[in-house]
Amino acid sequence: MGKVIKIKKGLDILIKGEASGFISSAPLANTFAIKPSDFNGLLPKLEVAVGDEVKAGDPLFHDKSNPSIKFTAPVSGEIVAINRGEKRVIQEIVILADKKNSFKNFGTTPLNALSEEAVKEKMLLSGAWVHLKQRPFNIIADPNVKPKAIFISGFNTAPLSADINLQLANKSDIFQIGIDILNKLANGNVFIGLPADKPLIDTLKNCKNTTNSFFDGPHPSGLVGVQIHFTRPINKGDYVFTIAPQDVLIIGKLFKEGIYDTKKLVALVGSSFKTNAYIETYVGTSIGDIIKTNLNEGKNRIISGNILCGTQIKEDNYLGFYDDTLTIIPEGDEAEFLGWLLPTYPRPSASRAFVWLSRLFQKGKESGFEVNANMHGEERAYVVTNEYEKVMPMDILPNYLIKAIMANDIDKMEQLGIYEVVEEDLALCEFVCTSKIDVQSILRKGLNYALKEA
Amino acid sequence: MKLIKDFLDRIKPNFQEGGSLNKLHSTFDALETFLFVPGHTAPSKGAHIRDGIDLKRTMFTVVIAMLPVFIWGMFNVGYQHFLSMGEKTVFFSLQNLIFGAQVALPMVIVSYSVGLGVEFAFAQFRKHPVNEGFLVTGLLIPLSLPPHVPLWMVGLATIFAVVIGKEVFGGTGMNLLNPALTARVFLFFAFPTYMTGDTIWIANQADGYSGATSLTNIANAKSMPVDGNWASIFRWDAMDMFFGFEPGSLGETSVFMCLIGALILFATGIGSWKIIVATFLGGLLGGLILNIMANFGIGDAIVYMHMPAYYHLLIGGFAFGAVYMATDPVSAAQTERGKWIYGIGIGIVCIIIRVFNGAYPEGMMLAILMMNVTAPIIDYYQVQGNIKRRLARA
Repeated sequence: MGKVIKIKKGLDILIKGEASGFISSAPLANTFAIKPSDFNGLLPKLEVAVGDEVKAGDPLFHDKSNPSIKFTAPVSGEIVAINRGEKRVIQEIVILADKKNSFKNFGTTPLNALSEEAVKEKMLLSGAWVHLKQRPFNIIADPNVKPKAIFISGFNTAPLSADINLQLANKSDIFQIGIDILNKLANGNVFIGLPADKPLIDTLKNCKNTTNSFFDGPHPSGLVGVQIHFTRPINKGDYVFTIAPQDVLIIGKLFKEGIYDTKKLVALVGSSFKTNAYIETYVGTSIGDIIKTNLNEGKNRIISGNILCGTQIKEDNYLGFYDDTLTIIPEGDEAEFLGWLLPTYPRPSASRAFVWLSRLFQKGKESGFEVNANMHGEERAYVVTNEYEKVMPMDILPNYLIKAIMANDIDKMEQLGIYEVVEEDLALCEFVCTSKIDVQSILRKGLNYALKEA
Repeated sequence: MKLIKDFLDRIKPNFQEGGSLNKLHSTFDALETFLFVPGHTAPSKGAHIRDGIDLKRTMFTVVIAMLPVFIWGMFNVGYQHFLSMGEKTVFFSLQNLIFGAQVALPMVIVSYSVGLGVEFAFAQFRKHPVNEGFLVTGLLIPLSLPPHVPLWMVGLATIFAVVIGKEVFGGTGMNLLNPALTARVFLFFAFPTYMTGDTIWIANQADGYSGATSLTNIANAKSMPVDGNWASIFRWDAMDMFFGFEPGSLGETSVFMCLIGALILFATGIGSWKIIVATFLGGLLGGLILNIMANFGIGDAIVYMHMPAYYHLLIGGFAFGAVYMATDPVSAAQTERGKWIYGIGIGIVCIIIRVFNGAYPEGMMLAILMMNVTAPIIDYYQVQGNIKRRLARA
């Protein structure tokens, strides 16, 4: 094991409803969709119409500002709907899966013979490129820039997150091909962050041609942003790409078999599920079929993605492009009598003031809290200090960064490190905030503003 | 519970836009959210779960931390009064408590009702929610005042604190100065005769009785104590001053009770231990430096400079200021290293004012206000440090 980087600041929130290792044999959903809103700053230009038949890997639309970036069908079938919202903004392109899942063939070439350009072209054409994300800005990787490095986090620390070991089990060969391809894009600068204190699956242990660093400590030590900060921090003018481990498999498959196969394991988490398990599906699965028989009664909140940074969706909607977790928790929109004085049910808190006023706090410590989406208070001006800093391991002053964004001060944002962070990196700050400030959406505003100015 | 909730829901439309009582909507909101934490849920993107803590609970925790000094203060007001009458009573007696309560409670009631009135008016006028911060300010104001102060002055000071101390800066979270200290400093300069002297520290003290505090006594000391018996100068020994059996502002006399309050703030994590510890360290440091200077003959004639440094922490409102006033997160330094500098600064400045400025026997108030003003500069350099580290990395 290499050098271990010890992360001291952070917070592990124990929540009921983690997915067990059990992989459900539930049948595949009937419809799949790609939602342009999953990609920050994207203006889509359609390449298909309702009624068209597509194979997995056929283009659905491309990026108007960079037509080489294609978004392709995750499954084969018929385009049954192109839903539009206000101002005719495209919300989703829906495919009725034919269940045969025939793939478009992108051909195979020996890896050694592939140039960087050829790799790029194949990834862009097949839609696999879109799985690469870029920092700064948390957008799709720009094919015209040279990344300083490509980063992969090999473990999750966020509450109710999927188990990467399970997702990568018995996939050594494809994963290695994916890594080798990424090496071509980043001139050999592929970094993997690994846990210092957890057993490693062979796929990661035996992986070659990467620089591994080991991290120890509470969440957010498993976030790729934190790992970048402590190994190859992003300075002004730097570009770093990141990719989820499961998406490396998609790239591996593309270059091994010549197909865009987005099969992945998705964790069903949260206390509103009857059974917390994993399902095997493709990118953009509709969730209606998944949750139909597996949901508890009551008013629930469905979250595509992680409980700390995901997006709320409706039950007839689709899992987000990058998400490997479907979280469902009770909505919790009830008022609480004198709730600021004594809580009526246990809830997680980073504050010791809670322990003091309520023994109930302790209850969730062993088995995890049953949480809901209640704000537990109203929004206020900033008063309390040093809350964010306690859960922020990076050498960044979140309070000052957020204030710089509120003031639209682009120079300050840059100086205070806005290029190093994406929404998920500040998710814990948002969780602990006494003043209930929506930190992540403010950061997104700042990133959008910086992107526009850049 | 359901009954109250239903009632509130029923009358709510009257207070909303277009309702007949719309002008009172923030008052209604404040009452409603006081009784019921609203069922607001997280926005559709971002953290879908939120910490159980909110500002109401935070502020309420501070209020609880102030109760020890408040209760001690009431006993002490009675105790000092009867002492001046020539009656030596048991400190924790009902008689003392009742007399003290008669003095202290009206001060608290005036401060809360006047302050909340102004707060509600501003909330209504500016269309922002009523902020909980006044729960703390409203108790800090009476605690920081001499017991003999007239009630109209408490009210006036409270208005000044809320309007000039807070609202002109843009409301809660934006103020530069600690609002409660703004109230005190206003009275101090506007009505000096009510705020300094030997007759204000004991409520209704008997004529001819000397109500001078230890702070005044040491400031006026002309000769060194015999055999190092400093108690002869203060009139109280260190233990008495530690526990708070001397006259003084309502909440300031008992260092012991302040420390209990500090423990509550530490244990709950609500108050910054760094600021409190740093302030005490700064006080000690300031005192020690003066001791050393005096030993080398600089300012040798000033008795105050020879006083052992730890006495500075026991006399006057040092502990009270360090625990309850300096820790106000809005007006204090906000960076972690900045908090050390800020606290040590308060301690040292306080000692300097006490010893060298005869016009202001208590330096704590001005020291904290001065460091409040300095805090943004301290933070500025801390933030610049962060920026420089980032640049150096490139």
